[in-house]
Amino acid sequence: MQVKISASASTAWHEYAIRFLFGGVITAIAGIIARQFGPGIGGLFLAFPAIFPASVTLVEKHEKEKKEKAGFPAGSRGRKAAAVEAAGTVLGTIGLMAFALSVWRLLPSHPAWLVLAVSTLAWLVLSALLWVVRKRI
Amino acid sequence: MTQIFIRFLIGGVFVSAFALLGDLLKPKSFAGLFGAAPSIALATLILTLKTEGRQYAATEARSMVAGAIAFFVYASFASWLMMRFRLKALYVAVGSLALWFSTAFGLWYVWIR
Repeated sequence: MQVKISASASTAWHEYAIRFLFGGVITAIAGIIARQFGPGIGGLFLAFPAIFPASVTLVEKHEKEKKEKAGFPAGSRGRKAAAVEAAGTVLGTIGLMAFALSVWRLLPSHPAWLVLAVSTLAWLVLSALLWVVRKRI
Repeated sequence: MTQIFIRFLIGGVFVSAFALLGDLLKPKSFAGLFGAAPSIALATLILTLKTEGRQYAATEARSMVAGAIAFFVYASFASWLMMRFRLKALYVAVGSLALWFSTAFGLWYVWIR
């Protein structure tokens, strides 16, 4: 059970452009909604699955291409890879809840930069821990 | 208008940075964690803190808890559909967004409103 860093040769620049666009648009929309309807509604969109559709679609496409390039029929390999990526995202959403809870409870009484740093760390640590636990079960 | 453009730029940068990190990591299930990275939240909260202050940002974070629960429900359902029926990822991910909206707004209605 190891986490590795690998070169990202399979992701083209236009695929990052799509994610940039999605991320930018959702952040802008979240701001507009908060201004129109207040922070109660606007805050919901801070956890909108903005890049999830793009990520799983790209994983499916890359796995399919990899298999075909190797001379094998792709079959359902791409879809299986997308499902595995999605299962990882499920664990990340639990970390995301911890991030939101931490910011909500700590922000009024602690320095903002510290709260954002601690909350981001909480997201990463909890998500990674859950991933390790799930791998071992 | 300038505010919206700045939000667009910062949101794009944060989302791309977390996406790049996710692409660099293996295995896929670990990289998947980054599909739920707090990228939009960080971009929005940094800007909100500058313009509206802490209390406003904390209120947004409270609602974000409901949004994150909705994301959990949405991603679990999408993952199950993909595993069980081997459906095309794009159709599942986009088609299931209705579940995120209904869960998020449902929680807002009963808990936050």
